[in-house]
Order: sequence, then C-alpha cells, then structure tokens
Amino acid sequence: MRINCPHCGLRDVVEFTYACDANRQRPNLDVTDVSEWNAFVFDRINTRGEHKEFWQHNHGCRAHLIVVRNTVSHEILSVELAKQPLALATKTPRKRTAAK
Amino acid sequence: MKRLSSGIRIDTSIVLQFTFDGKPYQGHVGDTLASALLANGVKIFGRSFKLHRPRGVLGVGLEEPNALVTIIESGVREPNLQATMVELYEGLVAVSQNRWPSLEWDLGSINQLGGKVFGAGFYYKTFFGPFRNTRIWHFFEWFIRKAAGLGSASHVADTAQYDRMNAFCDVLIVGASSAGLDAARTNSKEGKRVIIADLNPSYNTDGLTDLANVQLLSRTMVWGAYDGDTFTAVERVSDHRTPNTGEPRHRQWVIRANEVVLATGASERPIVFPGNDRPGVMLASAMSQYALDFGVLVGEKIAIFTNNDSAYGAARDLANAGADIACIIDVRGQISDEALMLAGEAGAEVIKQFAVVNTVGAKGVTGITIQAVNEAGQTTGPTRDINCDALGTSGGHTPLISLAVQKGARPVFSNDFQAFLPPEMPKNWLAVGKLAGDGLEHVSPVLIINAEKPADKAFIDFQHDVTDQDIDLAHLEGFTAVEHLKRYTTLGMATDQGRTSHVAGMSRMATLLGKSIAETGTSRLRAPFAGVSLGSIAAERFGHVMPNRLTPMHDWHNENHAETYAAGLWHRPMAYMHSGETIEQAYVREAKTVRSKAGLADVSTLGKILVQGPDAAEFLDRVYTNMMSTLPVMKARYGLMLREDGILFDDGTAWRLGETEFLVTTTTANAGKVLEHLEYFLDCVWPDLKVVTTSVTDQWGSMAISGPQARNILKKVVTGTSVENDTLPHMGIVHGQIDGVSVMIARLSFSGERAYEVYAPSGFARRVWETLIEAGEPEGLVPYGLEALGTLRVEKGHVTGAELDGRATAADLGLGGMLSKKKPFIGSVMAFREGLVREGRLQLVGLKSLDGRALNCGAHIIENASISEVATSLGHVTAACYSPELGAYVGLALVSNGKKRIGQKLILSDPLRGMTMPIEIISPHMVDAEGSRMHG
Repeated sequence: MRINCPHCGLRDVVEFTYACDANRQRPNLDVTDVSEWNAFVFDRINTRGEHKEFWQHNHGCRAHLIVVRNTVSHEILSVELAKQPLALATKTPRKRTAAK
Repeated sequence: MKRLSSGIRIDTSIVLQFTFDGKPYQGHVGDTLASALLANGVKIFGRSFKLHRPRGVLGVGLEEPNALVTIIESGVREPNLQATMVELYEGLVAVSQNRWPSLEWDLGSINQLGGKVFGAGFYYKTFFGPFRNTRIWHFFEWFIRKAAGLGSASHVADTAQYDRMNAFCDVLIVGASSAGLDAARTNSKEGKRVIIADLNPSYNTDGLTDLANVQLLSRTMVWGAYDGDTFTAVERVSDHRTPNTGEPRHRQWVIRANEVVLATGASERPIVFPGNDRPGVMLASAMSQYALDFGVLVGEKIAIFTNNDSAYGAARDLANAGADIACIIDVRGQISDEALMLAGEAGAEVIKQFAVVNTVGAKGVTGITIQAVNEAGQTTGPTRDINCDALGTSGGHTPLISLAVQKGARPVFSNDFQAFLPPEMPKNWLAVGKLAGDGLEHVSPVLIINAEKPADKAFIDFQHDVTDQDIDLAHLEGFTAVEHLKRYTTLGMATDQGRTSHVAGMSRMATLLGKSIAETGTSRLRAPFAGVSLGSIAAERFGHVMPNRLTPMHDWHNENHAETYAAGLWHRPMAYMHSGETIEQAYVREAKTVRSKAGLADVSTLGKILVQGPDAAEFLDRVYTNMMSTLPVMKARYGLMLREDGILFDDGTAWRLGETEFLVTTTTANAGKVLEHLEYFLDCVWPDLKVVTTSVTDQWGSMAISGPQARNILKKVVTGTSVENDTLPHMGIVHGQIDGVSVMIARLSFSGERAYEVYAPSGFARRVWETLIEAGEPEGLVPYGLEALGTLRVEKGHVTGAELDGRATAADLGLGGMLSKKKPFIGSVMAFREGLVREGRLQLVGLKSLDGRALNCGAHIIENASISEVATSLGHVTAACYSPELGAYVGLALVSNGKKRIGQKLILSDPLRGMTMPIEIISPHMVDAEGSRMHG
C-alpha cells in the first residue's frame, strides 16, 4: 500500500503509522458525562467500504493525514493534511511526484 | 538414461563434482541437481511424505513435487529444496529426505502395507475418535512427527548474508516468456522504466541489454502481490555458486509498479492413474526439456500417455534426441492431423482411446499396462502390457495464476483448457501468453483414470500422498466444500501448493458432486507463490547489522568495564564491573556509594521533547494530569500523562525554560509514543493551538549526579552560576558552564538523594561526563549503571515501565493526588469510570523477603503456600533487587487492595521456577519516606 503524502509525495506504507478512526467526534475536553466519553473511546462502526482515518507520516514530515481508504480493497481514495499549516493556509501545498 | 553431447543450458566442457547421500557424482555447469543426477542414472530421489514410497523426478522446474532434497552448506541444512531448482556448483552436498536407514531400503515404507488405514483424516479419526481423552496421542506423537514429514532443519545458525532492495518502475514484467519479452521491448521503447523478473538463470535479452530504463532480473521469483501494486520478489543471488563469495545469498525485492504485465506461463500437469508415482513416470514436456536444455535422455524406450496434443511435440523431440518412442497412448478418439504427423516423425504407434492402468518395475518403470478407456475415464476390456523404461504423461497445462488472484478475485474455469484462467484484471494489469490462454492446447476432460481393477494407488497430490480414494472418502464423510476438502485431505497444502494436483483434485470433486468444475469452484491462492527464505525477509534487520542507538558516553562506558544490555535499540550500562565482582556485588556497591557519597549515571536515553509556542502552557495543562501553566520559568515539575481511556500512559518532567518554551522528558521506552501523542492532539484535535513540538533526545547528552556529595562536586566545576540551595533548590533549573561547555542543570531526584541532571550538547557530553568523574574522585563519586539506578528507585517506590503496564491507573500507583481537580485533561473523566475505581484493584506496594532469598519478577503473591493457589493470585512482582539500605531482598509489586495489606505476611509463589517463599508487604517508600534527603 502506498500513501500520497501532500508534503512528501507517494511513499510506502512502512513510513506511516495508523493513528485512529477520523469519523469519531471527540467530546469537548470539559464534557464530564462518562457515557459520552465511553462511546467515544470504545464504540466503533467497523466500516466495510470507504473509511476516513488518521495516519501519521512518522518517517517523513511527521504530519497527520486524513486518509479515505476502502477497507475491502485497501484502495486509497484521498489524502489530505489533518491540519492546514497556519502560515500557508491560503496557499496550496506543493505537489511532488514519486522519486524517480 | 544417458548424457547427450550437448544441451542449450549446459557447458559440457566444465565438469563439476558433487555428492548425493555421500556418493560422489559429476555434472556440468548449467545443470540442475535433478538433471545431473538423472544423467548419472539416479532414479529414486526421495521417499514420499506419508507412505514412504520411492519417488523420482516428475518435472523440470518449479512444478516438481517429488524430488525434494536437503542441501548442506557449512553445517547449515536447508531442507525441502526442489532438485529441479537447485543449480549445480562445485562441491555441492545434497542428501535425500524422509528415509531411514537409506533411500534404497526404507523401513517407513511398511506404512504402505497399512493400506487404507492411512487415508484422509487418519490422525483425527484415531486420536480424537476411539482414543479421545486418553494420552495415547502423547505417546505416538514423537513417532508420527518423525515418520511423516519432509526434511529437517539444522540447529546451526544461518551465517549467510541476506539483502533487501526497494525498487520502483513504470512496468513490472513477471516472466521472460516470449510474450513477456515482447512487452518488455515495447514498453522500453516508449521510454518507460521496466523491470523484468524471471525464475531462470538466463533468458533471451535481445534488444533489452544496456538500456538505462530496463532492469533485467534473473533467478528471481515474484512471489507476492500486495496493495498499491506492490510486489515482493526473491532473487537467488549466489545459491548457484560455491559458498563464501562475499555476495548475499538471497536478495529480497519490494517492487512498486505503476503497471504490471504477468507472463508467468503455464506448467504441465500429469494424468492420474494407478502406479503414477513410480520413478520413471515424468511429465512429457519435462522429458523433452531435459533432452534439449540439459542433454539428458531420461529413457531409451519411452512411452507417452496424454489427453492433448502437446505431448506429440515432446515425443518428436525425444525421438530426435535418440530415444525410441514405444507408443503414444491417447485417451481421445479424435486427434489432430498435426499431432499425427508429429507421431509419424517420432516413429511412434498411436493407441487411441486407451489409458495406462498400471506401471511395474522395482526401482523404476520397466513396463506399463494399458486398457481401453471411455469418455468418463472408465477403463474396460482386455489389458495389454508394453515394455518401456520411462513414461511421459501430459494432462494439459495449468496457467500460473497465483499473482493474478492473490488479492482475492476469483479465477475463471475454461472447459477448453480444463484450467483456471485469470479473472478480469485491474486496468493497469495485463495477463499475456499462456497465462491468458494464448497458445494453450485443448484438453480432454479426462484427467483421472478410473481403472476397472486398480492394481495400485493413483496419486493426485504426490507431495502429500493424496490419492483419488482419499478424495472419495472425504466426500463420503461430508467434506464437500472445496476449502474443507483441501484441509481434510491436505490436497494442495504441501510446499508445491498443488501446482500439479489442483485441477485433478477439483475435477474429482466436481464428478462426485455431479457438478461442473466451474460450479465447484477453487480454493484461494495466497502468497508466497513458492517457498521464500525467511533470512531474506529478515535481511539486515537481524544480527550484527541491526541498527543501534548509542549515547554520547557509550565509548566511555565500554572503556570502563560497563556490562551493557539492550533497551529497545539503545545500549545501556547495567553496572561498571570491578574485577572479580558479580553483577549483584557491583550494583550493590554502586547503590551504596550513591547513598553515602555520590554517583554519576548516563540518562541520555530519556525522551526529550521541546514544546514551544504561545499556547504551550495551555497545551501541557491539557495533556498532563497536573497543572503546568502555573510553573514558574526555570522550574521543573514531575508530571503524568493519561491515555484517552484513563489508564496511566507515561511519567516524566516538564521544565519551563521560558514563558512559551518547555522541555518535556519521557521514559526511555515511551519517547516515541509520547511525541506521537502530542503531535496527534496538535494536528487532529486542537489545530487551533499555536504550539510546535520537536524531539531533542539526540541533541542532549544527559547525566544524573546523585548523592550527598553531588553539590560539592558540582561546585568545583560549574561556572557562570551558583549551585547553592537558594539559587538551585529542589526542582530548580540553572544555565551554566562545565569546562567551558554550556550546560543546563535541573535539580531532580529519581534516587531520593540530593541529585542534579546535567544536560550538555551531545558532542560535548563525554567531556562534561569525564570532568565530573575526575572532579568527584576525592568525594568518592562512582559511575553507576541501570541496576543501581533501579535499586535506588525501588527503595523509593518510584515507578517505571514495569509498573506503567497499560493496566495501572495513577491511583493504583499511589499517584492519584496528581490528578488535578481544577481543570480537565486527557483522560480526566475516564480515569474515574467504574472499573478503574472499584475495590480490589492492584495497588503498588513494597515487598520484603523474609527468608533471605531473592524475589523473582513475575512471581505471584498468594495467601496459602499450596502451588494450586496461584489461581487465586493477589498480584505480582514488578521489580526486585537487593536493598543495601534495608539489608534485604526487596521488590515492588502490584497487589489487590495492596495499601490495606501493608504489614501482612504472605507467600510468594513462582511455579515456573518451582519456588515459594515467605514475604512481607511493606510500604513502597522504603527509604527516607518523608523525602528530606533531596531537599536543602
């Protein structure tokens, strides 16, 4: 499997680490209802098909990415930065192709 | 059998010496072990898996199920290699397998007399049937494991080198058949980067050599197809040469391709008939290849048995090479004119609508029996005996579809070819040549002969000794699904993955079910396509070439007799040995010295993360359980982090170096995980926070100087700042210099003594270390290792990785007071969920041995001395050492309701090491419980 990192280009999956499901809505830090936190920490949909998830490019730029992956075919449908760089928010990230 | 004057692949001018089962033989450059042994008249290559029947060579390449051998190189045995794939080299040593005492005369062959006893499901039926719940299996297991099976590996370490390579290309071409080579030429002309990989030692590279955009790989098997068009391949770099050439033995390739052309071709399969495993029965195409490529004629008088036209070409080739073709037996009634013409050229009698029903010969075929056969493969009528010394069979060809279907698509059955063809391919994949059915011959559906009175067993899967009757039996017993049949009979589960047996097995099953093969389906093909050496997968990630992380003081430790051990990738000193000392004596001496004088320890492996930005303090308030925003500049604070689920994650310190700048330290083991944790929250959860994190673990060399004399030693060498208590109190930080090197000194204590952590830039850390060692000599300072460090922290009840086990909460470890009530933080709600605050949780306590013996880590605390009481364990030991301060063996443990048990006398049980001993539960704060030593 390969992931097209917006910073670094197309890289092998060994450079990345799966972080977690990106569909979940994390309760605000000041929420004190334990059942809301329980649902967030433990409940999973276990999607068959397109799944939005966080990956980190550990052995590259270290940015977290939002990856849409088909859990059946492992096809990567889209990759974007989880956090737009603040200073560069208005510019489009530089595109690179795989190393020749 | 005889050697002809020449063969395409061999160089008869060079003679190679080799041995098989200790007997010397000669072969030529280009020979395989199989071709060389055949040329020397060897017929029996091994004994079969279950029934110990003598077996010869069936094929010429990767399809070979029978001729498995063990190659011995420098004492290392590599078992189960196909003799047809082993290239000959000078001095090669091969031995046969699965025979005792010898290949020619094998005791295990009495298994054949067992007849139907050893049929499908024998072990299940015997040991889980009448003898269920007895210990009979345990009695027989050793004999059965020894008798059934293939070769055995050695216990000697593999000293060969293995290599790993990453490659990228526009087009990967698997297989250098003519279709594959055409694709390579076309794509290379278009300027695409092409990699072509083929199993064989050489192939026709016309028009492909010396091109910058073409990489030619030979002896390379592409064995796996993975997501994102990533392929794995193993290249046998030096297996064909006498060892110790300095080259890697195998090279593992990971190839990422934009497009893929599969030209893997097809391999011939035999017809199944009684006695079809007798040495001398071979694939017809293999016979002709031995003659043309290797100059080996496998018989003088050869009979051919076929259900298709391809064997007629083989017959003609063999006749041209000098063999007498006894006859061509064909199950079909209609035979093409071209085939008949080839038979004429071969001078062979064609016997239509007949089948072989038996073979005879003690050490190899000396004759066959044939009988008339109908369209269903059933034989009747009078039999006829034919003399021959070899029998070539062809049941058609099976396209090698493994790579095309590994990712899950179902192959498509073709009635014309009686074979599974690749399914519809992804748009950037292409199947060409015989794999796609181009150039495959039409085949009669008769793949298995049902002899009227079978005189012998008919083998479908040679390598696992699966006969047609085994499949019938499995069907009768209800194993009617393909995957069930496969597992029950083990059809196709041997090292050859059913390359020669698969279609015949499916065909038998379809007949029994009264369905077509297409309706019956096929079992799933998975990677690897054929055997892959584990060494090539481990490659450089193993042994002396594995990466290391060394602290700046590493060489000093080695020069000063440090005993080191690995902690992850780090190498850390365990203790600095004086001559004649045991490890325990050394660490006890070091720990005593720290408590009475001073010691210096290398703590560079602790994780160090710089957290900077206007929101740094707010961010740390959220990730630490305690308040960090109130920390004054140039002060440090101990801190805890929880996971989202409320369990304790890591402990460390935060140093406030400026209003917007913190240095965060972590445990050695969690350095990477903590950084990821911080990065995740900044990227994904709170992207609005203006904070950046940077790992600075490798930038700082750090050392802890501890003990009553620590400050006096520092005073002698530190310039630019005072280190007295008013300038540098407990948890204070100062900047200064040691021997001209800028350092940061934080007054932190892990040992409970007056202690300081000195941080120096990595490149100068050894110099600072040596300055401290030298300056401390008059005060009695010694370097101390991880064992003494551990002893000092156990005496203080400080926690490390052993207690942060992913189950313990802060409260369990007596750190509940560090969970702030004033602010929310990660895990602040979940830390108080029902399961984490209930009665009876394991809590941190100290243990003291009551009989003078050492405690064992992992041993359990129980109330009663009977070993069976382990089932009611109260908890377990997490750390153990000898405490010089208490003069006893002590430890830390996690014990149910531990705090309430302090003072109780209980039993420590270690059934693994067969030990029980009396212990007392004590407070984890064994030394200086009020913490007075580190202040002032």
